[in-house]
Amino acid sequence: MVAAYGAGAAGALLAGAGRAARVLSAAGAMVGAGAGLLLGLHALAGGAVWALGVPDVVSVAGGLLFRLDALGALFLVLVSMVAAPAALYGVGYSAAYEGRYSLRWLGAMLNLFLLATSLVPLADNVVTFLLTWEAMSVASYFLVLTERDRPETVGAANWYLGMTQVGLAFLLASFLGLGAESPALDFADLRGAAAGLSDAGRGVVFALALVGFGSKAGLIPLHVWLPRAHPAAPSHVSALLSGVMIKLGIYGLLRVGLDLLGGGPPWWGMLLIVLGAGSAVLGVLYALMEDDIKRLLAYSSVENMGIITLGVGAAFLFQSLAMPRAAALALAAALYHVLNHAAFKGLLFLGAGSVLHATGTRNMNRHGGLIHRMRWTGPCFLVGAVAIAGLPPLNGFFSEWLLFQALLPGIGVASPLIAVLMVLALGMLALTAGLAAAAFVKCFGITFLAIPRSDAAAAAHEAPVSMRAGMVALAVACAGLAAGALPVLATTGAVAAGLFGLATEPPAFRLWLAFQTPAGLARMSPPAIVVGLLGGLALVWLAVRAFASRRPLRWADTWGCGRVEQTPRMEYTATAYAEPLRRIFSAVYRPTEDVTVDHHPESRYFVQSIAYRASILPWFERYLYEPVLARVRRWGRRAQSVQSGSVHAYLAYVVVALVLLLGVLLATGAP
Amino acid sequence: MSGLGGYALALGQAGLCLALAPGLIGLIRWLKARMQNRRGAPVWQPYLELRKLFAKEVVVSTNTSWLFRLAPYVVFTSALAVTVLLPILAVPLPLDGVGDLLVVVYLLLLGTFFLALAGLDPGSPFGGMGSSREMTVAALAEPTIAMAMFALALGAGSTNLGQIVARALERPAEAVSPGYLLAFTALFIVTLAETGRLPVDNPATHLELTMIHEAMVLEYSGRYLALIEWAAALKLLIFFSLLANLFVPWGVTASPGAGALLLAALIYAAKLAVLAAVVAVFETRVAKLRLFRVPELLSVSFVLALLAITASFLSR
Repeated sequence: MVAAYGAGAAGALLAGAGRAARVLSAAGAMVGAGAGLLLGLHALAGGAVWALGVPDVVSVAGGLLFRLDALGALFLVLVSMVAAPAALYGVGYSAAYEGRYSLRWLGAMLNLFLLATSLVPLADNVVTFLLTWEAMSVASYFLVLTERDRPETVGAANWYLGMTQVGLAFLLASFLGLGAESPALDFADLRGAAAGLSDAGRGVVFALALVGFGSKAGLIPLHVWLPRAHPAAPSHVSALLSGVMIKLGIYGLLRVGLDLLGGGPPWWGMLLIVLGAGSAVLGVLYALMEDDIKRLLAYSSVENMGIITLGVGAAFLFQSLAMPRAAALALAAALYHVLNHAAFKGLLFLGAGSVLHATGTRNMNRHGGLIHRMRWTGPCFLVGAVAIAGLPPLNGFFSEWLLFQALLPGIGVASPLIAVLMVLALGMLALTAGLAAAAFVKCFGITFLAIPRSDAAAAAHEAPVSMRAGMVALAVACAGLAAGALPVLATTGAVAAGLFGLATEPPAFRLWLAFQTPAGLARMSPPAIVVGLLGGLALVWLAVRAFASRRPLRWADTWGCGRVEQTPRMEYTATAYAEPLRRIFSAVYRPTEDVTVDHHPESRYFVQSIAYRASILPWFERYLYEPVLARVRRWGRRAQSVQSGSVHAYLAYVVVALVLLLGVLLATGAP
Repeated sequence: MSGLGGYALALGQAGLCLALAPGLIGLIRWLKARMQNRRGAPVWQPYLELRKLFAKEVVVSTNTSWLFRLAPYVVFTSALAVTVLLPILAVPLPLDGVGDLLVVVYLLLLGTFFLALAGLDPGSPFGGMGSSREMTVAALAEPTIAMAMFALALGAGSTNLGQIVARALERPAEAVSPGYLLAFTALFIVTLAETGRLPVDNPATHLELTMIHEAMVLEYSGRYLALIEWAAALKLLIFFSLLANLFVPWGVTASPGAGALLLAALIYAAKLAVLAAVVAVFETRVAKLRLFRVPELLSVSFVLALLAITASFLSR
């Protein structure tokens, strides 16, 4: 795997700027992803733990240490599952970059990013984890920066870099806190060290890790980089960022919170549930308001990360309440949703990329009617939309069903606070599902249906073969995760059971034809639903064919109250579609509207032109980040006076620093 | 009850729903007409309309795609799939384990999703308007349905509908608790919203600016319209059955024989007729709400559903 990604990167660097670079880098990435997939599946199937130490590199900090356990293997599978189709898609997509941007750099960084991302779940000591984590962040920063001549891309990349570095600082602090009592760097030693920490110390470590990993996972209010950076990146990179990279925030949370710290008091889980529910509802509300198709998808990622965090939070909470089987169900459901979201969000970003490729714009108000000209992208995008809206018979529904069922036992908890929290979490989850359906009717309907709203959309063309293949592969993955819901859940269930110290195959997860929740609360059979719906559809079609009139279809104009011609200006737009919800949730959005009407000079009853401008208040930026950024800038300006440019001054600083350091050492009596 | 007989009974129930649904619409229309001093069309008029529509030619807009022609089948199939899972005459049936109340809610949402997409496809402003409004109402109504039924599920210790009914039959004293009444009210309000009845939508109007469901399906004709109308009738029947059999389970038999099933069918029909009369009276008495007052109604029902859940765990 390492060799293949490395070869891909080297190939891209060597092959120059043409088609060869695109093909070579994608080939390297695909072979690497294939190897990662096999390795991960092998580890999941056999449960064999595989370890590798490279003590010579950075030996000061303990060398590099890799170990593949079940949790890591699941995330390795996740990375590889999206990496291969996305890399294949990139062959066709980056053709448009030839001559404009450096393909060598893109190919090399893509491979480096995938390599680092695959190694993060394998890391088994602090230095390896932080190195691979940082390599992933930096490589993805350069990937976001691919279209570097656009000012908004540079802005987005800067936001991303800032957030990811702040996150890294919190992670460093968290790991330092974890090893504070007994200095240790291997994860195995840290597990022991964590047991010796005080409750307050563990709480601080968890909170620091939550900020660090939460900023990567895009939890509100740390999500601000996500709707900026994901749309700015090339679309196959967006698919990887949204489908894969942000999931590693969840991985880190599980690794540190559950594996190293071994869980904690109930407030950890409750905090995660509140953050998750908030991110889910606010994420989908902002997604509804977006007219930019990739920003809509990015906000929907915030929503889905919220849903996953909700499940993870429930797992933490149930573990602290000594309900390991409920915890295992919640975690198994969350991990299943992690896989599902990777598949359908990857698919949707690739689909959005094809739309962008075909029309040159991300603004849905300038799309329309693409289903007629994009005969592959349209159905693939529809599969993704149905899946992400959580509708049967696709995979999103089954994982959301499990999450609902995982939350229900929480209402039976004796503590009224927790019970009420669970009721509210259920309500928020249900509201999120309903709003997500509305958001994706808007996203698919406005983009692909009706008549084109711009010349570019009218002249749209289908994507080349490699891009279509990438999309079809992920659509098949969505269908596979739905049809194979039982074995997939058995796998994530085994991973979850392992983390909670349950037997790896408790009866609750030994499944055949139906899910049955451990509490015996509910039963549901995914294969029966898939087969029943598809079979029912075929039966209804046959019945209608047999009994209804066989007269052929007659094609005619859309009915229009007697007007003669239909123009695209009469259609509903993306903005108009979401207008009722903008009014209903105006307390959240604080919308501002500005209507300018020019009347005809002869009479007020004739309108010459209307300009309508509407925007919503970006809360988080205004109230949370702007004060912080303003303060940072002020401090920065003050610090400028130190940077005089004079060598003498710098030498003086060195001397002062040295003296201070010696003084501190003397004062503390260190050797 | 298990074995082949159980599966046959489940499919027979679905057939019964399919057959009764148009009659239910006809009954409401007839009752409304009588209360408004009109003679009204006979109760079986919707059956005649369906037969006519199936025999007619289909006219399709040139702007539409394959999705427009697929959607009626998806809408109809999803509604039909729900009827297989409902407790209508007897409990528990073998298909009860295939899906629970969440499956029912999301199957109905699947139909709404495709209908809303089909509303956008012809590119007419009416379709877009109806589609946008329908999804707004559905997004707000959906959590309420889930929460109201969770309140029942917590009382019964299962989210499978057959189990809920079976438990209520075993212990009838619990069925009239405050939590049940709150959940019933919440679900009743949502029924009016989801099935396009007054005061949320007016099923009798074709005035473009006020309609929701009718605006979405404006472009449909012939067999496609027949499927959609039939599915809409089924949806009404599904919500009535949930109200009738989850909250007032008596009449549903636990030991199916020929006589018991016949009795159960009669009681079921009587319960549907009572609900139809309630809706007819309601629709005669109230006026349609402004569209932007509808969310207030729905949030009232959401709060009722939350209270219902809270009541169900307080009364433990």
